[in-house]
Amino acid sequence: MGASDFSKLPHIGEAIRRKEDYRFLTGAGQYTDDINLANQRVAVFVRSPHAHAAIRSIDASRAEAMPGVARVFTGKDVEGKMGGLPCGWLITSTDGTPMKEPPHPILAQGKVRYVGDHVAMVVADTLQQAKDAAEAVEVEYDVLPAVVRVEDAKKGPALHDAAPDNRCYKWAIGDKAQVDAAFAKAAHVTKLDLVNNRLVPNPLEPRAAIGSYNRASDEYTLYVSNQNPHVERLLMTAFVLGLPEHKVRVIAPDVGGGFGAKIYLYAEDVALTWAAKQLNCAIKWTCERSEAFLCDAHGRDHVSHAEMAMDQDGKFLALRVHTDANLGAYLSTFSTAVPTILYATLLAGQYTTPQVYCEVDAWFTNTAPVDAYRGAGRPEATYLLERLVTRCAWEMGLGQDEIRNRNFITQFPYQTPVALQYDTGDFHACMDKAKKLAEVEGFAARRKASEARGLKRGIGYSSYIEACGIAPSNIAGALGARAGLFECGEIRVHPTGSVTVFTGSHSHGQGHETSFAQVVAARLGIPIENVDVVHGDTGRVPFGMGTYGSRSISVGGAAIMRALDKIETKAKKIAAHLMEASDADIEFAGGEFTVKGTDKKIPFGQVALTAYVPHNYPLDKLEPGLNETAFYDPTNFTFPGGTYIAEVEVDPATGVVRIDRFTAVDDFGTIINPMIVEGQVHGGLAQGIGQALMEQCVYDRETGQLLTGSFMDYAMPRADDLPSFRLDTNATPCTHNPLGTKGCGEAGAIGSPPAVINAVLDALADLGVKDIDMPASPSRVWEAIQAAR
Amino acid sequence: MQVQLKVNGKAATLDVAPNTLLVQAIREQLRLTGTHVGCDTAQCGACTVLVDGHAIKSCNTLAAQHPGAEITTIEGIAAADGTMHPMQAAFKECHGLQCGFCTPGMVMSALDLCRQSPQASEGEIRDLLEGNICRCTGYQNIVKAVQQGQAAMARA
Ligand code: FES
Ligand code: FES
Repeated sequence: MGASDFSKLPHIGEAIRRKEDYRFLTGAGQYTDDINLANQRVAVFVRSPHAHAAIRSIDASRAEAMPGVARVFTGKDVEGKMGGLPCGWLITSTDGTPMKEPPHPILAQGKVRYVGDHVAMVVADTLQQAKDAAEAVEVEYDVLPAVVRVEDAKKGPALHDAAPDNRCYKWAIGDKAQVDAAFAKAAHVTKLDLVNNRLVPNPLEPRAAIGSYNRASDEYTLYVSNQNPHVERLLMTAFVLGLPEHKVRVIAPDVGGGFGAKIYLYAEDVALTWAAKQLNCAIKWTCERSEAFLCDAHGRDHVSHAEMAMDQDGKFLALRVHTDANLGAYLSTFSTAVPTILYATLLAGQYTTPQVYCEVDAWFTNTAPVDAYRGAGRPEATYLLERLVTRCAWEMGLGQDEIRNRNFITQFPYQTPVALQYDTGDFHACMDKAKKLAEVEGFAARRKASEARGLKRGIGYSSYIEACGIAPSNIAGALGARAGLFECGEIRVHPTGSVTVFTGSHSHGQGHETSFAQVVAARLGIPIENVDVVHGDTGRVPFGMGTYGSRSISVGGAAIMRALDKIETKAKKIAAHLMEASDADIEFAGGEFTVKGTDKKIPFGQVALTAYVPHNYPLDKLEPGLNETAFYDPTNFTFPGGTYIAEVEVDPATGVVRIDRFTAVDDFGTIINPMIVEGQVHGGLAQGIGQALMEQCVYDRETGQLLTGSFMDYAMPRADDLPSFRLDTNATPCTHNPLGTKGCGEAGAIGSPPAVINAVLDALADLGVKDIDMPASPSRVWEAIQAAR
Repeated sequence: MQVQLKVNGKAATLDVAPNTLLVQAIREQLRLTGTHVGCDTAQCGACTVLVDGHAIKSCNTLAAQHPGAEITTIEGIAAADGTMHPMQAAFKECHGLQCGFCTPGMVMSALDLCRQSPQASEGEIRDLLEGNICRCTGYQNIVKAVQQGQAAMARA
């Protein structure tokens, strides 16, 4: 079935209420910490209080003698018994050498490299006992000087022997000579320095895990709050513990948000699983929030210089970018891909810039590992480009909309100078719709009204594009990926015609149990109540790559569609037999099989029953049963895009920024469930606006101590920090997947930060404020106003 | 020490250490795991329950401080036959939840909010939800849900 037939099916595009909500609303959800196993102990991790230190000695004898304590594991116990955490993406430096990949031990070996680094694991009968014993583990450190920012990392001290200059890689994309030539003949060049502030993802459910082991079957089970259980199992068995995969089952039950922070294999998960066998019991660990601030993978943290060369009409000729990326102390699972493949390849944006060159230096620092957080590379690219484009507009005396309209890509497919080929889009249409919805024509009057109240009003634009559902596997592999990027779906039709769907993607709030069921119900013409979706369990789902990069419906849904193709093909053969017609004459629509040109028909349920009760069945030609599995490897990324318009009011006396209205018009291709899609956009916008105005992860520059270590110091957006949003969509369906869908989970977080900062700068332009870094907190805005005066 | 409570209408006698938090008693002893823990600084509101009708953060108070109290958790507000409370129904109808982790706390806060300020406007609801963090929804649909729940409760 093609994308256009699919989008016309009943229930596709219908805001069906979510199947999963009843359990979440009645307290019946089951998150990892809600689970307790028989014979379960509790683990607490002893974490480094220093950003950088040599471990002189660890004495756990006093702790081990305390009541209830089963064992204290340290680096010595795991050394040589398991590998370190692997990095999933190998980047090759411009000089052809592979990136520096220093070991990432499960428990520290000789040195600690960030505050929160794992030093020991205490296992005891109760949490209180484990906590008390953790206090009693005596660790002597020789404190070493720490580096927190990339500019300091460049000057050393070295964190790892394997990377003496603290650089992980020096990478580039694009044609430098062509870019330099274009700059040489430009009519105007606009330059901008930008910081993309470091963030803490903070899913509301802290990470949690229970490792357990069964001696009789020699099998391990790990319950874990994670976005991709199969990948977790693959990395843990093949790379760290050297176990056969079939002996390890990973279950990610209800997961209370992920946003990237739960994609990765963490040291805690490995340590618990391994220790479960050593102690022959289940071991549970629940992260506390303050601990999560220290040891969850953080996001963003780029420092960039960008330059745009233009002709006299404001047409872009070339873009030149240098970015320093802070990777933290160790390489997290996808960290190396974020500032390269997921970032620099997006720098063409929605524009026909003929030449783009981007250089990226990635650095180790004494901070928590940095990895993909909602959007992963694309928010960083979009922030840089969309701030630069607005700056270009101001320097060229053009409107923010005008400069974008002049440079939009209009012909598809479009090959960018940085590797990607956009299949489809209509950027002018999104811009027009957004302007209308934002009532831009009334802006001048609103600005006047604000001025009358002593407030500054500004408007900011951002036209983003993102690449979702990283693909295809062979190209990703050539770019350094160490895993495939397909998805798997299994359709199990039961004898009475109800269906269980097994998907390798994972839902941690995105409502897959509803939207995936909607796809299957629409396609088979059966009630949605008759379809259940199973995910998150390597023991039940054949295989999977999990959920990240807005891939679920476009890759996971496409795999389900492929499996449904197989179901349909087989079911038609059964129907043909039952109606004594030829296979080629059978049509299937609305849950009924019909014979072309006759009034013969039988419902889906009857075919299903026949498959399992094959009394009248072509047993010589066809196996009984109706159960199909498909693996789908996409041929390209999908490219959602859109235009966002922020309108803000700034109080120049206090520096407080209030978002008065926020408009987002997105192109997500075919939409399965608009209610769920809107919810995704809302959540993304909240995180993007949070980044723009409030959120900032701060380490002390000298000591490497985390200063924003709880919700008291790290400003999470609350209900009264955000406006109600104005949303619309403009669909140009994806041309290469069978649903026509693109991906909506990250859009809001990608498109909104530059729109907000552009609006703040627009508001403050006549006060002489030229630049402001995120987060535009009241103190920063106030200081910028004072400095400009 | 022993603490007598009435939890979701049922009498319960708990044997707790003096430093046991109310949320620990609810989750670990009564095994009512709908009440969640999202932070350790009483900032997020995921642990909100009603104590004698008032929403409080159960991570911020000891079980022993509430002898004889009537505690209502998210498990205790639907009808006996499983029909959701109008506020729960409003959250579903308005898509006021995604991962569901903040949701029990949000619903419990919303119940108290609507009882105390049955006329609260959108702005006031946003204000009154200050103590509850949701990382998924962007709050817009939560606010809508509270408004709808508020109207349904006023009719009931
Ligand atoms: S767990 Fe009680 S406020 Fe966060
Ligand atoms: S629904 Fe996930 S935190 Fe609110």
